[in-house]
Amino acid sequence: MSTVIIFNILILAGIALLAAIVLYFVSQKFAVEENPKIDEIEKLLPGANCGACGKAGCRDFAKACVKADAENFHHLFCTAGGNDVMRKIAEALGFVADEKEATVAVLRCRGTCQNAPDKVEYSGFKSCRLAARISVGQSGCPTGCLRFGDCVKACPFGALHIDPETGIPVVDEQKCTSCGICVKTCPRQLFEIRPKGPDGKRVYVACRNTQKGAQARKNCKAACIACMKCTKVCDAVRVENNLSYIPAEVSAEEFGPALAEACPTGAIIYTGALKKKNAETENER
Amino acid sequence: MLKISTAPHMNSPQTTRSIMRDVIIALLPAAAAAVLFFGVGALKVMVTAVAGCVVFEYLICRYLLKIPATTDNLSAVVTGLLLAFNLPSNMPAWIILIGCFVAVGIAKMAFGGLGKNVFNPALVGRVFLFISFPVQMTSWPKPEFLNFLNLDASTAATPLGILKHLDTGSSAAALSGSVQELPQYWQMLVGYTGGCLGEVSALALLAGFAYLLWRRIIGWHIPFFYIATVFLFNAVIWLSTGDIRAEPVMQILSGGLFLGAIFMATDYVTTPMTRNGQILFAVGCGLLTVIIRRYSVYPEGVSFAILIMNAFVPLIDRFCVPRVFGTRRN
Amino acid sequence: MSAKNTFTIGGIHPDKHKITSHCPTVDAGLPEIAYIPVKQHIGSPAKILVKKGDKVKVGTLLADADGIVSADVHSSVSGEVLKVEAIEGEFGYLEDMITIKVEGDEWEESIDRSPDIIRDIPFTPDEIIAKIRGAGIVGMGGAGYPTPVKTKVPEGKKAECLIVNGIECEPYLTADDRLMVEKAEQIIIGAKILNKALGIQNAIIAIDENKPDAIAVMKKLTRSYVGVNVRVLKTKYPQGAEKQLIEAITGREVPSGKLPIDVGCIVQNVGTVNAVYEAVMKNKPLFERIVTVSGNAAETPANFRVRIGTPASFLISKVHGKPEEIGKIIFGGPMMGTSAVNIDAPITKLTSGILLLHDDKSYKPEESVCIRCGKCVEVCPVGLMPFAISCAMRERDYAEAAKLHVLDCIECGSCAYTCPAKIPLLDYCKLGKYELKKQK
Repeated sequence: MSTVIIFNILILAGIALLAAIVLYFVSQKFAVEENPKIDEIEKLLPGANCGACGKAGCRDFAKACVKADAENFHHLFCTAGGNDVMRKIAEALGFVADEKEATVAVLRCRGTCQNAPDKVEYSGFKSCRLAARISVGQSGCPTGCLRFGDCVKACPFGALHIDPETGIPVVDEQKCTSCGICVKTCPRQLFEIRPKGPDGKRVYVACRNTQKGAQARKNCKAACIACMKCTKVCDAVRVENNLSYIPAEVSAEEFGPALAEACPTGAIIYTGALKKKNAETENER
Repeated sequence: MLKISTAPHMNSPQTTRSIMRDVIIALLPAAAAAVLFFGVGALKVMVTAVAGCVVFEYLICRYLLKIPATTDNLSAVVTGLLLAFNLPSNMPAWIILIGCFVAVGIAKMAFGGLGKNVFNPALVGRVFLFISFPVQMTSWPKPEFLNFLNLDASTAATPLGILKHLDTGSSAAALSGSVQELPQYWQMLVGYTGGCLGEVSALALLAGFAYLLWRRIIGWHIPFFYIATVFLFNAVIWLSTGDIRAEPVMQILSGGLFLGAIFMATDYVTTPMTRNGQILFAVGCGLLTVIIRRYSVYPEGVSFAILIMNAFVPLIDRFCVPRVFGTRRN
Repeated sequence: MSAKNTFTIGGIHPDKHKITSHCPTVDAGLPEIAYIPVKQHIGSPAKILVKKGDKVKVGTLLADADGIVSADVHSSVSGEVLKVEAIEGEFGYLEDMITIKVEGDEWEESIDRSPDIIRDIPFTPDEIIAKIRGAGIVGMGGAGYPTPVKTKVPEGKKAECLIVNGIECEPYLTADDRLMVEKAEQIIIGAKILNKALGIQNAIIAIDENKPDAIAVMKKLTRSYVGVNVRVLKTKYPQGAEKQLIEAITGREVPSGKLPIDVGCIVQNVGTVNAVYEAVMKNKPLFERIVTVSGNAAETPANFRVRIGTPASFLISKVHGKPEEIGKIIFGGPMMGTSAVNIDAPITKLTSGILLLHDDKSYKPEESVCIRCGKCVEVCPVGLMPFAISCAMRERDYAEAAKLHVLDCIECGSCAYTCPAKIPLLDYCKLGKYELKKQK
């Protein structure tokens, strides 16, 4: 009996030893020499592999950082990590980091269930990208939010969620890293990366509808009707194709409240406090 | 309000629930045969096993996973029936319930429920009981046709049990005596032999198979290749060694081969998805069944064979991919 | 005749619902207003030639093909152009359309309106192609590829066989079936015309065995035409798909990413072939087609000869469909058709049917978990693994989806139809194609 046990132990130990030797040689043969700094940098990165930097993933970005000299280090920027992460990377590599203005994704649509009620009923697989291919969407607006949340599913940082009351996505300013995945995902390009603005005060047109005023209003109460009132508040506001656009340079602190109040449909959103109470716009924040 | 949706705008009437219902219908002939031969005991085992599986699945969904109960897709009923078919008719209820718990709780729900389990739940339950309660699991009541209340029936050996203990070294007289204990082919075909509830009557199982084929629930490939492999492999052994234990007709008619080949090895979740993969799976099951029956200490190898092949399914699915249209050389 | 063939990989047998197969085609009549889209084909939209206030006749050129892959658009009615601007189409998106107020029914003089069948083909191949181009003919089976482009064999390729597609595998639809019964000889002559243009000698008219009337008529008439043969195929969906049909008839597989001409075949729908006959022999541009109006919300389903641009609502009133009872309006068949948002959307050159479904048939069934039954793999006519594609797409692993050949998907919907768990497999495949094409 005991010989059997010893024999078994020996055989198993022998197999283990053999496997260990094989593993050792294989790992020696196929070992890849890598700069330990790459690991170090990678640890500093957010690790979401969002690809916003233009590289294949966080590790790829770390490799690029290590390879870079002081000159082309300026071309590298981790959008998701932002200035903090870039400062740490620069410190680790002995470079100086550029300070970039903080940005955030904004939704350029206010086609909520209330503003743009359903005209047809969509049944089946809830996907904006498919719904956009088979119809204008439930509200009838050809440029409006489809309210199925492809952006929410795509956001690697969990910064988006569908507001159950309005049906449209809401950006969590704290979590949003402006990686731009939502911009790429939305079949109607409703997201825009804009500067966060002083104290988070931004002003933008939350509409992309280029239809004529009456037609746009038919589908959505909050559509931009190109009434030109905003252009009277600030010269920099452009109206093209029946649609107003507020460039990022327009100072939100200076013109924001006036622009939001001038808009008769509420298509202009100002994220700071208004002089006049406009509860609905504040909710949008 | 108009509805819009993506194509296609019509769907086949077949649903998960209707498939499970058809499998249950296909199992009914074998259930009826079991009651005919083993009486009320068989009925008791089946009712206990089905109730046990359904209740366990319901409780796990409601109180452990906190999701809507998935019992309405009837898959727990199928698991319960199959588990019952793998048990002798004199099984105590508490052991059956343990089997139900292992089958539904551990083999199915712990993996994420229907569609995600790696191993066939009913077989896991059976093997668990087989290893834990070998005495109860291997005392087979003698079949008594239409003797419903035959509760204290004496036990009988299964054909495979007889074959296993056949000592080829013994004298010719002793050998022929043992062989005479074996039931006739017709008895095995009809089910007049010892064994588990569902495995005795090959005819009833074949009737269920015909129904499944007619309803297009399963293809003929897995059962055919499984049984054919067992037949051929045994035939080769029989012809080359003259070993009476490998007599192929006896081998395919005995034990749980028909039950396993028709109802267990064709379980959607735990078998390959492509046609070629299914054939590979069935042949593997057949080879393993013969090897286990012949060379292991167990008389029966169907459940082990299927469970072992279940583990290979992800691998088979990876390699047996269909040929994409347009890749053939003209 | 050889044994009945069908394509080898996959396929399904959905309920046929061909309730209108014995309804002779009736003229739908003229709508009050016709909306004629300038893009009814694959390629660039046609250039608009008319303006508001212009008087047009039936057959007047409204818009000129812009480039090679484009097609002319002709007026289907006579009357006054009300407006030339973008209005809501089938999907609710704005499309450029020419709106015409119908006044009388005055045809261009050049169109031969006599019922005589002309059998001699005095034209050269180039003349034939020019006439097809001038008539604005596109593939009427649903793809909408301009026919003249398909009729010109590219350099270095050789056409061997013309296949006239009379399969019509979509449930409900019977437009092609009726056309074959009623215009059999025109289709045969049309096939001869295309043969001449392609410089080949043989044409095969492929018909599913579930169309006995069409088969009988075609078989009888083809006896007097050398080189045109009828081939009866076993009914299976999606046999009408170009590549599947070629495989069923010739056994040749069109390689992935290649065109039928690469295996020497040209497939034309029977509607297209009939339009070719009318264009070449009768100078009649493509401005009307047969449309099946059916479905369980249609009181009196029928086959109509419809002018292009007729609003769907006009046909719906013809079959006594009550708008409040209609849950879903489908342009095309139930397997690959699209659900319409706009009830006034016009019939185009590609609309083979309008289906009206009751509310109870309008919703997609609830999705449940995959039970790994493998039925989607079994039925896919391209040999894909839709379940694996759906898993990859759920993980947003587009590279994996590409490896699973999602770009070869022909979007026939067999997988989604069959799935017992009602998983929207086709939607995942379409999403995969969309994402991969976007990346390119």
